[in-house]
Amino acid sequence: MPAGPRSKVMPSASVPGSSPRERSDLVAGVLDRKPSATARLITALENNREDGRAALRELYPLGGRAHIVGLTGAPGSGKSTLVASLARCLRKRGRTVAIIAVDPSSSLSGGAILGDRIRMQEHALDDGVFVRSMSTRGALGGLSRATVDAACVLDAAGFDYVIIETVGVGQAEIDIVRCAQTVVVVSVPGLGDDIQTLKAGLLEVADIHVVNKADRPDADKTLAELRMLLTLDGSSNSTGWRIPLISTSALAGSGIEELADDIDRHATWLRESGELARREEAAAIARVSAIARDLISTRLGSPAERGGFVSLVHEVVDRTLDPHTAAQRLIVSGSDLTRSTEERR
Amino acid sequence: MVDVVNRESEPIRVLVAKVGLDGHDRGVKVVARALRDAGMEVIYTGLHRTPEEVVATAIQEDVDVIGISLLSGAHMTLFPQIIELLKRHDAQDRHVLVGGGVIPEEDAAALKKMGVHEILGQDTPPATLVERVRELAIAQRIRA
Ligand SMILES: Nc1nc2c(ncn2[C@@H]2O[C@H](COP(=O)(O)OP(=O)(O)O)[C@@H](O)[C@H]2O)c(=O)[nH]1
Ligand SMILES: [Mg+2]
Repeated sequence: MPAGPRSKVMPSASVPGSSPRERSDLVAGVLDRKPSATARLITALENNREDGRAALRELYPLGGRAHIVGLTGAPGSGKSTLVASLARCLRKRGRTVAIIAVDPSSSLSGGAILGDRIRMQEHALDDGVFVRSMSTRGALGGLSRATVDAACVLDAAGFDYVIIETVGVGQAEIDIVRCAQTVVVVSVPGLGDDIQTLKAGLLEVADIHVVNKADRPDADKTLAELRMLLTLDGSSNSTGWRIPLISTSALAGSGIEELADDIDRHATWLRESGELARREEAAAIARVSAIARDLISTRLGSPAERGGFVSLVHEVVDRTLDPHTAAQRLIVSGSDLTRSTEERR
Repeated sequence: MVDVVNRESEPIRVLVAKVGLDGHDRGVKVVARALRDAGMEVIYTGLHRTPEEVVATAIQEDVDVIGISLLSGAHMTLFPQIIELLKRHDAQDRHVLVGGGVIPEEDAAALKKMGVHEILGQDTPPATLVERVRELAIAQRIRA
């Protein structure tokens, strides 16, 4: 948990290998807290562009100070409304907030209508709040990579909190919340399959449980059910963190202060218990291996690489080479290629 | 460093906004769905947005196209405000500005002179609208 508004970071004077002007402009802009630079860099990373990766190389060492919150739950459970109220509360406390809203509504075309901002309009003109909508299909080369990259940018841009809203259904989305430091799982009364969703994997990632729409009459029943489930599961005690169960009404604004307090309390606990270091290592393992896997599959699919791939395949068919050695050669030749690209610059 | 060829294959992002006082969004929702079905990412922010909100949102979302729909007749005051704000934020070269709704011919001509890139009236067929938005977005990316 940040102790207060973060002071402005001075741009690093020069970083080895940063030649193109475009890249330095982006980095300087992000560090200067220019929304346009932050936004453009997120676009570049979302599209897995090299200029984005280059800028991230410079910004990454400056990050690690924002508190990253993943907020997940079924569609319609009030996540966006809740994020907006939480941001209002954090702003009153003098903190800055970046929000990444991942919207699941992609169509077959790959397009999407991203509507989470409708609930967040009160923050549209506040410099201390940055909202970015992301589609689940838009990210070339992996939703979780793009989302976590965006969170790194917003962290480097100096926001105290980065809140990632996702629908906790797909594996990619569960991967995203796993990269968060505090995971808030939102349930609501009257969604029959809500508890099912939890059983399907969200229960184990939750650090804080919220039952939203507490203004509704059936909220107590959901609260009681969830409390029982949590007690039976015993997860409250496995790491020493007692998972709080909070009832909120994002509409009426109740329970939001408590949620903000618990997020900060969890952040403190993470640091003091050593759990933060453990989680960061797990997240780094997950990220590096996911990116490496992406790189390999991109290489296997790219026409430029296919020549070498095809000739290896032929050797395997002709039995002049075994499949294991062929695969090994593929990976080794790939890393040679990366190195020579670097040297050519 | 920006690879134009690459950028052309990136999904086009469009902000669709209702500015002004008129109270229904059936029209913009049809437009939003048509753009989505053409593979674009459409950011929709609801009714009654102000020019300030539109410009701040366009910047944060880094959209290629800002689509403004208005039926209230206030286009001759609202568009100049949006253009002015885009200039103030040094963002006018990054985003294509497109107007829709009910805008008389002579006003459309005046707005285009001011810097609105295209006016697509209420009865523009969705397919035409989608193609025009795509053309404008790609042309803008190449210019940028
Ligand atoms: N009664 C009630 N409705 C809420 C509450 N929070 C959100 N909603 C409504 O639930 C609907 C879905 O909200 P939204 O934030 O878009 O949910 P999301 O899909 O999880 O992001 C909207 O109509 C909200 O107004 C709440 O605390 N109480
Ligand atoms: Mg939402």
